[in-house]
Amino acid sequence: MNTAFIVISLMNGISYGLLLFMLSAGLTLIFSMMGVLNFAHASFYMLGAYFAYSLMGVIGFWPALIIAPLAVGLIGALFERYSLRRVHRFGHVAELLITFGLSYLVLEVVQLLWGRAAVPYALPPALQGTLFTLYDIQFPKSRSFIMLVAVLMLVAVWLLLTRTRIGLIIQAALKNPEMVEALGHNVPRVFMFVFGGGAALAALAGAIAGNTYVTEPSMAAAVGSIIFVVVVVGGMGSLSGAFVASLLIGIVQTFAVALDISVATVLQPLGISVSPQIFGYALLSLTISQMAPILPYLFLVLILIFRPNGLLGTERG
Amino acid sequence: MGFSWSEIERSFWGRAIIWLAFAAGLGIAPLLFRSGIAMTILSQAGYVIIICLSYNILFGQGGMLSFGHAVYTGFGALIAMHAMRMAGDSGGWSVPLPLIPLVGGLAGGFMAVLFGYVTTKKSGITFAMITLGLGELVAAMSLMFPGFFGGEAGVKADRVYGEPLFGFDFGPQIQVYYLIAIYCVVCTALMYAFTCTPLGRLLNATRDNPERVEFIGYSTQRVRYLAFIVSGFFAGIGGGLAAINFEIINAGDSLSIAQSGSFLLFTFLGGASFFVGPIIGGIMLVLASVLLSDLTSAWLLYIGLFFVLMVMYVPGGVASLIATNVAVVHSGKASRLIVPYIGLIVASVAALCGLSLLIEMTYHTQFETAKGPVMRFLGATIDTHQSAIWIAAVLYTALVGAFLRFACLRFMSGWEKIQEEMDAAQAIEVRP
Repeated sequence: MNTAFIVISLMNGISYGLLLFMLSAGLTLIFSMMGVLNFAHASFYMLGAYFAYSLMGVIGFWPALIIAPLAVGLIGALFERYSLRRVHRFGHVAELLITFGLSYLVLEVVQLLWGRAAVPYALPPALQGTLFTLYDIQFPKSRSFIMLVAVLMLVAVWLLLTRTRIGLIIQAALKNPEMVEALGHNVPRVFMFVFGGGAALAALAGAIAGNTYVTEPSMAAAVGSIIFVVVVVGGMGSLSGAFVASLLIGIVQTFAVALDISVATVLQPLGISVSPQIFGYALLSLTISQMAPILPYLFLVLILIFRPNGLLGTERG
Repeated sequence: MGFSWSEIERSFWGRAIIWLAFAAGLGIAPLLFRSGIAMTILSQAGYVIIICLSYNILFGQGGMLSFGHAVYTGFGALIAMHAMRMAGDSGGWSVPLPLIPLVGGLAGGFMAVLFGYVTTKKSGITFAMITLGLGELVAAMSLMFPGFFGGEAGVKADRVYGEPLFGFDFGPQIQVYYLIAIYCVVCTALMYAFTCTPLGRLLNATRDNPERVEFIGYSTQRVRYLAFIVSGFFAGIGGGLAAINFEIINAGDSLSIAQSGSFLLFTFLGGASFFVGPIIGGIMLVLASVLLSDLTSAWLLYIGLFFVLMVMYVPGGVASLIATNVAVVHSGKASRLIVPYIGLIVASVAALCGLSLLIEMTYHTQFETAKGPVMRFLGATIDTHQSAIWIAAVLYTALVGAFLRFACLRFMSGWEKIQEEMDAAQAIEVRP
């Protein structure tokens, strides 16, 4: 393990973590405003990637990068208006179930329209190649582009929420919806706006991640559970908590994938050799890279045992 | 009113007759439906009913939306499979086959003791997310330890081992079916009995008003935990029966989140607020996965569509649909709904035809290009390369959709009026 490896892994981890934050930010905003855990959030991410892929062939990558999230945001807003608002009176469980049903439908429709295999969503020429090379390890431009977009988005959302009139109304509707309604604001429409905005953010993440990683029907499931982990670990409804947890999980997972260390290899230099005959060999010889997929969930369990309200969460009812 | 379901349900003899009819129905079923596919459906339905009922202890009775129920059914099935393998290997301890489901039950219960401690600390939405996380954890782990979980090939075992018990060796499917049927009746009865115990009642109270339960001195967390363990035990029994039925278990599939999701989906579709709901849901699950999947490859899409529509319009599931309609018939007002009902059904069937034609045509062009452009739909031959057919299908679906919307609105206004009248009548009856 050398400095180059650490720096590059850290960069990769941060870019993945920022991507996770683009997703979990919308999820957290929707959750803290409407009390709805949007199960279909990762489906909007997937739709963003597929829309951008299809639009790219017609209008080019850069316009598609703007149109695709807007289209998905519109779908999200329509879903909120005609579906979610209807089941609102049946309670939070029904709301969760309808988004669960939507995630199911989106997956099937995507497979129907684009097929079950991955689609060739390629990087535009401007993002191909490497940004810089450090001790023979290359850092691709596309990942730095993800970081750039995520940071711009973070700043934009922050400015929107704290510096504009509509942001103030959103914040007020978050704390005290009845009072905001009494002051003459259309709170259901604010909810629709937030839901559509969250969906658009997810779609933007999908549009820029779809060509850096892979655009395939399983891409929603691959991040879907992770962003739930991020939201719980960060503290339900805490935007800053989601930011910390996104980076943490992104970095931990990126490092873990690259580490071929197991209990057995650690014991080797100490003179203890672990052979297949020993009880628990399967566990002892397991490398950290093999454990990478379960690390976020282990983290979730540990957080719940030792800090049930999440890293930066406050006590909620 | 003389005769009503609720009275039958309340009286001792009424209950006894319902349970006997349930047991007799399961006993006679294989004599009525003799084909091989019927046997498959009946056997699967037997244990899926147990699993859906066990899920409903959490979901319907405890208000705990779990996304990880497959962990407990899957572990039940895995441990049962390993127990069968050890018994088949001769020497050492050997559990007689009829008791294998109990081994699965203990395994499921043990996992629930372990995981339930973490998950039941929270309720509501957080609970749902934790169960999802743990479900993913176990699903991912199943790929890390191929020795125990069987890896890609799965774990296999032979259910015929040891001395035949009373002349049964459980080789033929019919003997396995009756074993499943007996477990199904006993477990259903036990889970019904559970709803009548103080713990079962407290569980309902914890779902409806946790603060008050805490206030009268019970720990809601403990109530949820105990109910979670009971649910895990019955889920494990269902998994153990599945292991006996298939003699092979693929941990990747049976522990997956998709599997948990299907238990949730169908328990909801059956009706979570009624005890019989999950039984209906379990039967629907098996019918859908065996018959519907044979009929169309886009079956998951139809199920998803049906689920979304049910959440929006019938949140009580099929069981509540039956119950409210029975109530309307009893009120003597059903005759007013006959015309709207006919309109609704005709419009739905017509809309379904249009929609499924579009779906099937898309499916054909997407996945079955090797078979050529011609496909069959409801007995008709359709050339998917003709754009006229596509335009006609879209226009027809849009037209029928508008008709369905009209029929729906008409039905809803009639339905809501009758519900209001019935509520008013009830209010008068209650007044002394």
